[in-house]
Amino acid sequence: MSQKLCEIAHSRAGDKGNTLILSLIPFQESDFNLLVKEVSVEKVKAHFRHQVKGEIIRHVLPELKALQFTCFEALTSGVTTSLALDAHGKSLGYALLEMEIDDSIGL
Amino acid sequence: MQEKLRIGCGAGFSGDRIEPAMILTEKGNLDYLVLECLAERTIALAQKRKKQDPKAGYDVLLERRILGLLPLLLKNKTRLITNMGAANPLAGAEKIIEIAQKLGLKLKVAVVLGDDVFNRISGTELSLEGNEALLSYGNLVSANAYLGVDSILPALKTDANIILTGRVADPSLFLAPMIYELGWNTSDLDLMGKGTVIGHLLECAGQITGGYFADPVSKPIPDMHILGHPFVDIYTDGTAIISKVSGTGGAISVQTAKEQLLYEVIDPGKYVTPDVIADFSSVKFFEQNKDEIRVVGGSGKGIPKTLKVSVGYEAGFIGEGEISYAGSHAIERAKLAAEIIEKRIGDRFDEFKVDYIGLSSMHGQELSRNYLPYEIRLRIAGKTKDRSLAQLVGEEVEALYTNGPAGGGGARKYTHEVIGVVSILMDRNNINSSIQVLES
Repeated sequence: MSQKLCEIAHSRAGDKGNTLILSLIPFQESDFNLLVKEVSVEKVKAHFRHQVKGEIIRHVLPELKALQFTCFEALTSGVTTSLALDAHGKSLGYALLEMEIDDSIGL
Repeated sequence: MQEKLRIGCGAGFSGDRIEPAMILTEKGNLDYLVLECLAERTIALAQKRKKQDPKAGYDVLLERRILGLLPLLLKNKTRLITNMGAANPLAGAEKIIEIAQKLGLKLKVAVVLGDDVFNRISGTELSLEGNEALLSYGNLVSANAYLGVDSILPALKTDANIILTGRVADPSLFLAPMIYELGWNTSDLDLMGKGTVIGHLLECAGQITGGYFADPVSKPIPDMHILGHPFVDIYTDGTAIISKVSGTGGAISVQTAKEQLLYEVIDPGKYVTPDVIADFSSVKFFEQNKDEIRVVGGSGKGIPKTLKVSVGYEAGFIGEGEISYAGSHAIERAKLAAEIIEKRIGDRFDEFKVDYIGLSSMHGQELSRNYLPYEIRLRIAGKTKDRSLAQLVGEEVEALYTNGPAGGGGARKYTHEVIGVVSILMDRNNINSSIQVLES
């Protein structure tokens, strides 16, 4: 079975210059391992291939039970000079939550 | 020495509401109120205002905020720490004194100076973002260093009611009173890390009480029309309890705290401020009561030898035009309109962008490919060094009323000057802060 990330997790988008930062936090802490397994850097790179031009680093936070994706060269030319309507990328947490994952494995 | 300190955060950006700060000051039983009002670019824009008028350049809402808050602050013996000084803290402080005199109130303001390092840069420094010389970006308008607690502590040692700063790292606005009131040693990196975590959680005000969080389907938040801003009780060992004034709207939960902890954090294991390289990875939250969470953990790894300096430059002008289409063939008509504008003026701009609002302007074409909206708003944007060319974008979009596709409505046009911001690092030994005290 596949489902959208928004069914099991929430996300907040932040920006620093041309870097986009997306948290991914499960509603139920028991879903943390599923997120670690399913939401790999490769999947996020593919999902954002039109948005993110640089590297993506994934930080795993087992104490907090959250993931953090730091995406470089992700906001066109950066918040202050971008022509994008959403120059900060504030809405992009919800773009991440559109990703579909397979939740049947190992559960 | 206090055993417990209470700090409220009544503003998280320059345009924030005033009423939550009033409620915090009136009913929050605060020792300190912090108003964080300075985004990356805000100070560069303020520098431009100062250039036109040497008495301007502080926060545009400073007067309104101080007028409302001053009697409450003095009545409740709450000290205010704020970066509303922006590009001109001294002029901001003079304005505050003027307000106090008008209200017949006795007041001292301590001004923190030294963040403005515009005279210390040559323009040949390489930016952190692009590794290119600053001057290659455009005409430079400002350079402000992020100062830390060491610049605020001397101000706290005076008996000033208000501490007014320019550019200071946001968490430092909170960490400074913790150090001063709880007797912390700045070389205790663990406490500096913990205090920085707390400051970071509070600095965006409403973003930990349900703002930028609420989703009526998956994350409902009550009474957002009267969203309360947070306060925190900090104990000498660095533990903290975050809450809000009862009766205000919003919610504070483990979930709102997790989102805010990670907000804008490039590396949760290495959050760099002027005061400490903080490690957020051990932070945990516990819900003690409704709208009351306990924060534990957080540590520090070292103190940076350099300070970040934000450099503002003139980046030309952006012109925008919008027009809407609805009903049958709305998207086809919007696309025709875009094609018309692009053929007429598209190649005259350094950058040119077409967006379909309601479909793909936020997340792009890929994620929206299976959706078809009833109505669509076309947005055209162009960037150029030439102001009148920027204005042409909106004029051309407006002209679609009579020269474009059928049923175009609600045209709007905007032009604004763009101030870009890049950063450099500067040896902190070359940056000297000082304070000045003004009295009513």
